Amino acid sequence: MILAAGSHGFLSPTGVEIAFLLVGLVTLGAAVLTVTTRQLVHAALWLVVALGGLAVEYLLLTAEFIAWVQVLIYVGAVVVLILFGLMLTRAPIGRSPDADSGNRWAALTVAVASAVALVWVVVDAFRTTWIDLDGPAAGSTAVTGASLFQNWVLPFEALSVLLLAALVGAIVLSRKARSTGAGEASPAVAPQAGTSQAGTPQAGAPQAGTSQAGPSRTDGVR
Amino acid sequence: MNDALDVTLRLLVVFVVFLAFPLIVGQTEHKVMAHMQGRLGPMYAGGFHGWAQLVADGVKFAQKEDVVPADADRRIFQLAPAVALLPYLLVLLAIPVGPGEGTVGQVVDAGVFFVLAVMGVGVLGSLMAGWSSANKFSLLGGLRTAAQLLAYELPMLLTAASVAMAAGTVSLVGILDAFEWWWLPWQIVGAIVFFVAGLAELQRPPFDMPVADSEIIFGAYTEYTGLRFALFLLAEYAGIVVLCGLTTVLFLGGWHGPWGADGLGWVWTLLKAAVLAFVVIWLRVTYPRLREDQLQKLSWTLLVPLSLAQIALTGVVKVVIA
Repeated sequence: MILAAGSHGFLSPTGVEIAFLLVGLVTLGAAVLTVTTRQLVHAALWLVVALGGLAVEYLLLTAEFIAWVQVLIYVGAVVVLILFGLMLTRAPIGRSPDADSGNRWAALTVAVASAVALVWVVVDAFRTTWIDLDGPAAGSTAVTGASLFQNWVLPFEALSVLLLAALVGAIVLSRKARSTGAGEASPAVAPQAGTSQAGTPQAGAPQAGTSQAGPSRTDGVR
Repeated sequence: MNDALDVTLRLLVVFVVFLAFPLIVGQTEHKVMAHMQGRLGPMYAGGFHGWAQLVADGVKFAQKEDVVPADADRRIFQLAPAVALLPYLLVLLAIPVGPGEGTVGQVVDAGVFFVLAVMGVGVLGSLMAGWSSANKFSLLGGLRTAAQLLAYELPMLLTAASVAMAAGTVSLVGILDAFEWWWLPWQIVGAIVFFVAGLAELQRPPFDMPVADSEIIFGAYTEYTGLRFALFLLAEYAGIVVLCGLTTVLFLGGWHGPWGADGLGWVWTLLKAAVLAFVVIWLRVTYPRLREDQLQKLSWTLLVPLSLAQIALTGVVKVVIA
C-alpha cells in the first residue's frame, strides 16, 4: 500500500511528488466546491472527496495508519452523520437559495487568515524536516503507536478526558430533554418511548411498530 | 516486469473471486432458503438443480431499461451503485486466505483499520441512492441505513480492537501469525458481537429495516432498475463474502486448522467462511425483522457493553500471561 516506500517501485520519487501535487489540487478543488456549491447534499459529498484526498496524501507520505483512521473517522462516521442530519431535517434536490450566507466576505477573510497562519506555522516549524520516502515507513502503525504512547501520552490522556466530558454532556442534555419535554427527544439508549420526534437516531422510523410481520424479504427480487 | 506481472495476476485473481463468490453465495441462498421452507427453489436454468439461475438473472437485469426518475439528482443517482460496490472489492484485496505472502492480494500494515474504514465507505452508496432518488421511501431507507451504520460501527470496531490487542498487531496477516487455538474461547463474545454487527452493517435480515419491503418497498434502492439494481444486490452478496472472510480471519484463525495448515491452509479459510455464509442465510430464514427501536436498543444496550467487556477481558488476560 505504501507506494513511496518500496525501493524499486514503479513510481520514482518524482513520481510520488507529482502524484502528491495532483491529489492536492483535487483535494483543494473539492474543498472549494464544498463551501461554494448551492446544493446542500452535494456539499457533504464534495467533503467526502476532500477528506478522501487528504487520506491519499497521508498515504503518499507513508503515514498509512493515519490515512486509514482518516477514512474511518471522517468519511465513515462524520460525513455519514452530516448526511443523516441533512436527510432528517431538510435535503432538497436541486439548489437551496437560502443556503447562502450574508457573511461570506467576513468568512472568507477569517478563512484566508487562518489558512495563512497555519501554513506559515507549519512551514516555519518543519522547513528543515524531511521524510525519507525510500527508507522504512515512518508512519507505520508500530512507529505511530510507540511515539503516541511514549512521547505524547499526556496530550493523549487529556484528549480522552475531553471526549469523556463531551459524552457525559450529551447524556445529560438528552435526559433533561426527556424529563421536561413529555416524551420528546428520547435518548438513543432508551428508545422504548417510541416517539418519532426529529432529532434522535431512532426517529427515522415513523412507522416503527408495524414491522414484525414475516421472516423478512421474499426470495430474490423476481 | 516480473513485479508488474505479479501485481496484475493478484488483481485478476481477486477480481475473479469478487465476481464468482457472491454468485455462489447467492445460489446457495436460493437453495438453502428453499429447502428450509420446504420447497425446491430454482430447478430449470442450466439443467442440474438450476445452477445457472443467477446467470440468467444477470442476463435479465442487463436487458432491463435503465430508468432514472425525472426529479432525481442524475449524476449522484448513477454514481451510487459504484460507491456501494467498489469498497468490497478493495477489502477483498487485503484478506489473507493462507499462510505466506502468496495468498493475500496486498499486505496492508494497518489491515484491520483498512478493512473497517473502507467497508464504512460502502454505506455512502446507500445514502447517496436514498437521497438522490427523490422518493420518500428511498429517503426513509437512507435514513435508516445511516442510523443503523452509526449504531453498529462502534461494536464492530471495539471487537476488532480486542483481537488486535490480543495479537499485538493490527495487520491481518500478523493477527493470523499470532493466532493460538485458545483464542477461540477467549474471544468468542467478541466474535459473536462482530458477526452480528457486521450483519447489521450489511442490512441483512434480521437487520434489514432499511430495505423492509413490506413498509418502504425496497428502501434506498426502490427507484433502481436493471444493471444498477443488480450492482446493489451484488454489493450485498460481496458484503457477505467480505464479512464471513473477516470474521474467519479475525476470530476463527483463518488458515489455521487441526492439520494440514501449511499446504491446505486456504481450504480451512474457505471452509470456515462458507460455514459462516450458511449461518448468514440461516439467520435470514429464521428470524423476523427487528423493529427500528429494537435495532438501536440491541446495539447500544447489549453489543456495545459486551464488546467493552470483551476488551477488558482481553486486556486482563494479556497482562496476566505477559
